[in-house]
Amino acid sequence: MTVLVLLDHEAGAIKQASRSAIAAASKLGDVDVLVVGHNAARAATAAAKLPGVKKVLSAADGISADELAEPVAALLASLADGYTHILAASSANAKNTLPRAAALLDVQPIPDVMEVIDADTFVRPIYAGSALATVKSSDPKKVLTVRASAFDPVATEGGSAPVENVSTPADDTRSQFVGTELSQSERPELESARVVVSGGRGMQNEENFKLLEPLADRLGAAIGASRAAVDAGFVPNDYQVGQTGKIVAPELYIAMGISGAIQHLAGMKDSKVIVAVNKDPEAPIFQIADYGLVGDLFEVLPALEAELDKAG
Amino acid sequence: MSENPREIMEFDVVIIGGGPSGLATAIRLRQLAPDTSVCLIEKGSEIGAHILSGAVIEPRALDELLPHWRDSGAPLNTPVSEEHMLYLTQTRGYRVPMLDRVMPHMRNHGNYIASLGEVCRWLATQAEAMGVEIYPGFAGAEVLTENGRVVGVATGDMGIGRDGKPGDNYAPGMELRAKYTIFAEGCRGSLTKQVMQMYNLRKGVDPQTYGLGIKELWEIPAELHRPGLVQHSFGWPLDDRTYGGAWMYHFGENLVSYGFVVGLDYPNTWLSPFDEMQRVKLHPSFRPYFEGGRRLSYGGRALSEGGLQSIPRLTFPGGMLVGDTAGFLNVPKIKGTHTAMKSGMLAAEAVAEAFLTNRVEPGSYTRRIRESWLWDELRGVRNIRPAFARFGMKGGALYSGIDAMLLRGRAPWTLHTRHADNETLEPASISPKIDYPQPDGKVTFDKLSSVFLSNTNHEEDQPVHLKVRSMSMWKTVNWDVFRSPESRYCPAAVYEVVDEETNPTLQINAQNCVHCKTCDIKDPTQNIDWVTPEGSGGPNYPGGM
Amino acid sequence: MKVLVPVKRVIDYNIKPRVKADGTGVETAGVKMSMNPFDEIAVEEAVRLKEKGVVTEIVAISIGEPKAQDTLRTAMAMGADRSILVETDAVTEPLAVAKVLKALVEKEKPDLVILGKQAIDDDMNATGQMLAGLLGWPQGTFASKVEITDGKAMVTREIDGGLQTVALTLPAIVTADLRLNEPRYASLPNIMKARKKPMEKITPAEVDVDMTPRLSIVSVAEPAGRKAGIKVDSAAELVAKLRNEAKVI
Repeated sequence: MTVLVLLDHEAGAIKQASRSAIAAASKLGDVDVLVVGHNAARAATAAAKLPGVKKVLSAADGISADELAEPVAALLASLADGYTHILAASSANAKNTLPRAAALLDVQPIPDVMEVIDADTFVRPIYAGSALATVKSSDPKKVLTVRASAFDPVATEGGSAPVENVSTPADDTRSQFVGTELSQSERPELESARVVVSGGRGMQNEENFKLLEPLADRLGAAIGASRAAVDAGFVPNDYQVGQTGKIVAPELYIAMGISGAIQHLAGMKDSKVIVAVNKDPEAPIFQIADYGLVGDLFEVLPALEAELDKAG
Repeated sequence: MSENPREIMEFDVVIIGGGPSGLATAIRLRQLAPDTSVCLIEKGSEIGAHILSGAVIEPRALDELLPHWRDSGAPLNTPVSEEHMLYLTQTRGYRVPMLDRVMPHMRNHGNYIASLGEVCRWLATQAEAMGVEIYPGFAGAEVLTENGRVVGVATGDMGIGRDGKPGDNYAPGMELRAKYTIFAEGCRGSLTKQVMQMYNLRKGVDPQTYGLGIKELWEIPAELHRPGLVQHSFGWPLDDRTYGGAWMYHFGENLVSYGFVVGLDYPNTWLSPFDEMQRVKLHPSFRPYFEGGRRLSYGGRALSEGGLQSIPRLTFPGGMLVGDTAGFLNVPKIKGTHTAMKSGMLAAEAVAEAFLTNRVEPGSYTRRIRESWLWDELRGVRNIRPAFARFGMKGGALYSGIDAMLLRGRAPWTLHTRHADNETLEPASISPKIDYPQPDGKVTFDKLSSVFLSNTNHEEDQPVHLKVRSMSMWKTVNWDVFRSPESRYCPAAVYEVVDEETNPTLQINAQNCVHCKTCDIKDPTQNIDWVTPEGSGGPNYPGGM
Repeated sequence: MKVLVPVKRVIDYNIKPRVKADGTGVETAGVKMSMNPFDEIAVEEAVRLKEKGVVTEIVAISIGEPKAQDTLRTAMAMGADRSILVETDAVTEPLAVAKVLKALVEKEKPDLVILGKQAIDDDMNATGQMLAGLLGWPQGTFASKVEITDGKAMVTREIDGGLQTVALTLPAIVTADLRLNEPRYASLPNIMKARKKPMEKITPAEVDVDMTPRLSIVSVAEPAGRKAGIKVDSAAELVAKLRNEAKVI
């Protein structure tokens, strides 16, 4: 069994999520990878060094340079013959492209896989993670995306795979790339941030809530809030994390002065690492926090900043 | 929003509320007068979403309304097979012997354990099939009157921001005009409250008195499930001055309806109905059923307990009151579904007649009620609940035994309710504090995780629908004298005191509200006014609830 | 120009889904159902295009059990002109759904199909892309802005870290993301009027589509709850742990 993994890359480097996808693919069989887009040649060089990669396919022909779904799906479908599985990390890119490729192959795709049981059977979240479904595919070929956080990425060095050029089938150009605009804001968006710092009613007032900003700056974090803080008028509603607000799953979630009502937990419990700072040792947030610190957050905040500045 | 003209739609009859009484009214109307146009609105997101009841249902009214209900998929599938009334002490439960003689109202043979929400969903399908137009998700917000006559209701505006100004998706309410408007809002209806004032409907009757029922739906291991089991309790943990008790019904597929009712005339300001409800589950008479089970849903709702003496005038020009908003619940039976439905059916008959004679006020409704079994039933039990208020829990139980066995409900006297529930609270300084156990997260739970299971939600950007008339009154009365009883009686953690030590302030978490109406009833100075929030807000009780 | 808007009936987003005790799925009996929120956004976008005079007819489509007609009524109350209900008891997998939609596209010949980027029940995020693939049409997924001019759709898409704009030659497929618009309420007068709008009912067999799912559910379980971690005594210890143990900073 050989698996084809579509990689995401940036400035010639393979994204970490795609290295996790390779780790997931390794559980299924031999791994070939495909790189497309501008910089495909540079990315192919980087991909060749990834441990566990048997062969690198590089489509540097220009047709798929903008990585639009139409040509890339056609390319994937044209390469599919030798593969039992076509796989990618669950990125916006892959979610755009893989289902289209699956349609061309008459396959039902399996998105957001968190666990590989066997070649046909996978675990994936449904209902925004409220339930986990184990599904078995009867398709002869599988098309899937995997959740990067569920698989430890392979290293960036250690392999030496051959690179082979492939060409994208001719495209009818009914879909044209116009441009991209990357977020300029200093503060990442709440739902896609790698780190989120959230404040609760413990922040006491609108002025004090701003004290979270220096910490967030140091961590490159988005700022969120509990419903209590929103209700109390400290911040606008679009800061709200929770059942009635935004659902976030960053790598690091820092809850400052949030008691941890279940409605709030519903919005952040899938975060990889949760830190809670609260003066009440009985606060329910500590029941789910990986690291808890009992204390006055107005003392903890400057101390945290100082520590981050120190060794950073 | 007078600059934004509302659309108008005319019907023969408009019904406010999609519970058993409103649906029975609608069905009966179409049976009697198939050409009558009937529009029913419901503030819940769907029929059944706001329905909360035990429920052991006596099928008497249903037999009369839809005699073939058994063959048309009515969700009444668990007949009562076994029943106990327990008197609890802290550690033991004693079964009341000869239950059917001492408490004949509690005889449940022939009754069914069911989810009243499911029953209502089924009734709604029947009604729609008969041509009733049903619109869930729209709250009646305003009573329309013309020349002293109620001519319909207006639904609430949608898309009003918290600041009271129309937002981008503002949609004005709609006027639903009708020859007759029927208020079927359930206990303490917010429009009913206005109509009662407009027409002075409560003149000469006892104040209404209420209970608060808090319920959980459980799924328990099959080996512990005894379909048809009905178990009630009284005694512990309530003191003698507080009316109430627990219920537990086994029904459906491993489902258990568990709940607790507290009479809202309770005096102790420290009492927390929610915590009483939680701790009874720890009693040896209840606990074994919950071990290893899974809690599925949660909710709360006030119910009328005043009985016959508290029933207001039922009709007014252009409309009438049906079901529990009028107060037709039979308290000793702890049942109101059959009476609610019966009242709706009688209202429909009165309306059908009023159409023929073109009467402004469908007055024959009152006569029809008085001539029906509904009246006989309420008359027979009229003294029991007031006896508990007057003689305490033990004295009341004794009285009700005597009333049942010797007087057989035909006592030549009538006991009266003397105080409204908001007048009975005693100051915090003289009320004994109650020490409630911490939730264990397995059998007992905290309030917020409970509210979570009611699936309640309100569009965030809308005015707070719990109107506190005066915050300074809250401070001087609710806080200084009673130490914020609302933070304890509210089963949904809507009311919260912040900055308790420095500057006690009332925080209103309106989004949590499960529409039980207790605050509207129990606030000592009637300082809290419950008005309908944007339509489809509130709990979303699932099937089984 | 005609637009098709496929809509799905799902458990209402306010309801916390409950896994059935026997692990066969999520309980839907007696649970409030609503239109998939992303599909509401799609309907809204179509209605706005009609209000701008770009679109002349909006046809809503739903594939599912008979109750899905409630969802179609909502779409019509929001502004769709008519609707088609494809009645089936089968599990609605994106592949089969895309095949049904393809057949309806060939029959209705719209210039645009707008649908939600994903349904909040199965979270597949696939139907739009698959329909585009089957039809060979260009696709603008995860749209936060759509402009139609001169036979082209300029679609601004939400991508990781920013926005991308593509120009699609019509006919095309657009899938709606959260920020595309804020859907209007289905007002009571419009709900009343929607009762009179036409609804056609067909079956998958009539368009020759086999609904047999390709994925079978082995089991459905609740995710394992989080456990309490450790307490640290100081900011210094916390930062050290985050750096060296959790490796997140």
